[in-house]
Amino acid sequence: MSNVRLVWRKSLNVVMLTLTGVAAFGVVSILFLILGYLIWNGGRSLNWDFFTQLPKPVGETGGGMANAIVGSLKLLFLAAIMGLPIGLMAGVYLAEFSGKALSFVVRYTADLLNGVPSIVIGIFAYTLVVLPVKHFSALAGGVALGMMVIPITVRSTEEFLRAVPGSLREGAMALGASKWRTIATVVLPAASGGIITGMLLALARVAGETAPLLFTAFGNRFWSPGWNQPIASLPRMIYDYAIAPYDDWHRQAWAAGLVLLGLVLLANVGCRLVLNRRGMTRGV
Amino acid sequence: MPSFRSRSRIKRKRQSLRFNSVSTTATTIDRAAPPEAGPRTFIRRLRDGDEVAHVITLVFAGVILLITSLLVYELWVNSHLSRAKFGLLFFWTSVWDPIFNNFGAAPFIYGTLVTSAISLIIAVPLGLAAAIYLAELAPRKLSDGIAFLIDLLAAVPSVIYGLLGIFVVVPLVRTVLGPALKSTVGHVPIVGKLFTGPNYGVGFLTAGIVLAIMVVPFIISVSREVLLTVPRDQREAALAMGATRWEATWQVVVPWARTGVMGSIFLALARALGETMAVTMVIGNDPKISASLFAPGYSIAAVIANEFSEATGDLYLSALIELGLVLFLMTFILNGLARLLIVATERGGGHPS
Repeated sequence: MSNVRLVWRKSLNVVMLTLTGVAAFGVVSILFLILGYLIWNGGRSLNWDFFTQLPKPVGETGGGMANAIVGSLKLLFLAAIMGLPIGLMAGVYLAEFSGKALSFVVRYTADLLNGVPSIVIGIFAYTLVVLPVKHFSALAGGVALGMMVIPITVRSTEEFLRAVPGSLREGAMALGASKWRTIATVVLPAASGGIITGMLLALARVAGETAPLLFTAFGNRFWSPGWNQPIASLPRMIYDYAIAPYDDWHRQAWAAGLVLLGLVLLANVGCRLVLNRRGMTRGV
Repeated sequence: MPSFRSRSRIKRKRQSLRFNSVSTTATTIDRAAPPEAGPRTFIRRLRDGDEVAHVITLVFAGVILLITSLLVYELWVNSHLSRAKFGLLFFWTSVWDPIFNNFGAAPFIYGTLVTSAISLIIAVPLGLAAAIYLAELAPRKLSDGIAFLIDLLAAVPSVIYGLLGIFVVVPLVRTVLGPALKSTVGHVPIVGKLFTGPNYGVGFLTAGIVLAIMVVPFIISVSREVLLTVPRDQREAALAMGATRWEATWQVVVPWARTGVMGSIFLALARALGETMAVTMVIGNDPKISASLFAPGYSIAAVIANEFSEATGDLYLSALIELGLVLFLMTFILNGLARLLIVATERGGGHPS
């Protein structure tokens, strides 16, 4: 009688443990399926034209997405100059200056901002930048992406500053340096590698965002000079081309997907390897 | 002997070097901070620049609070027209008619909830199982490697998931999964209702599957972290009592970490509710409430994505912004709860005492 129960328990053990392993490897294999599928489909359609030419008019085959690649870079640049300084300084405040209550509030708010759906950030940027001037612009897209960069940068900056050993701070203070000098000349340089990697990760994350750009940067099939006009971006192009009914556009969507995923994964692998070697991955 | 002498010379040289460097820093520091004795008073800190630096960084931290409150304010003010006209009825009516300015959000809320529910039904068992494997069974190196890959999976842009959704998952549901579900579960009395009707490939089920793939990395990485914080002696005690490995995991370790695991699920739910691009590309974009999971539907995020830039008329735009407000509040509450739960567990308060 008890023997039957033992056999049942042992086989349940084996079955369930095997299932957990299958689940883990199953999920990981999705990454390789995505990569493989994109390389297979995108690699065939990737050519030099993709990087150098403008999109062709509807109905003509060929052409590329040069404007979208430049557009994405411009949007990232705007996001970086708007989001990174705020994130960095707020991170310094949290790690070095703040008292307990206020730092909890700021940290919690940053987490909430991080969790706001990207489409809602898009609406916010629309009401802030697009509504007053009544037209879509690269600037509005940059504002939307910049706001998404801030919370990620804050948390990673704070994390890396806190990882700097207290003895370094004490050493500088003992030599008579004031607190801000200690931070600027000792603590920040010591944490700079981690902080910069965290910033790169933040930019890599917003580089693939489409939803906040739909009605801020909008999109453009031509070059967009300056910062005040609608501008094309790689993720938006993938979306437009994927839902269009033309085979040639699907082909280009795959190529763009491969380029975008390649860049995002490359940035992620590089940064995470650097961070892993330093043993700091939490919070990023 | 000569080697010793040379070594000592090097040593002396090093010492003098070190001495030099110390003396130079000392002089610069001297210039920066005159050797006054006594405590660092407010005036002193002000003159050293500490207070200025404090205020400057505080201002930047304040910008974060400002942005977040401005976000809420803008959503609230700009949805005023719609809130004034429809009131609470906005959530119960299912007519979405921009021509006659009639807006009801029910189909979108329904679509968002149904797709998120499907995604959790798939992702929670899968994610929890994988997290158990990574935290309990796999050797540490393998576990770290897989966790690394899973972090990469979380970094894949959502538009890429949408791309694969359109060209891989949609045909798969239309030709393989849909017919299979219809011929098996479709005949069961009550549950079967969910799997009837025409199957176009796009719809609630497809969106739910794509969402599940997108949120599973979050469940795995957070749950793994939480499971790893469970004290070792808990497992050992269970094993010593004669429990099998699975029993020790399922009856001791998982209950200990359950608050944190709930937190990871809330986090995943918040992401699923707010996910835009991938859902927009595969849900079918049809504002209807249907019992069948094969039917095309619509979600809050998808309707904003599709109609926002073409919304003519203030009321139309205001209704869309009110949808954004609804979405914001949903994710706001879930995220808040999730953070609290995860923090509570990692501080060790998550076990049944």
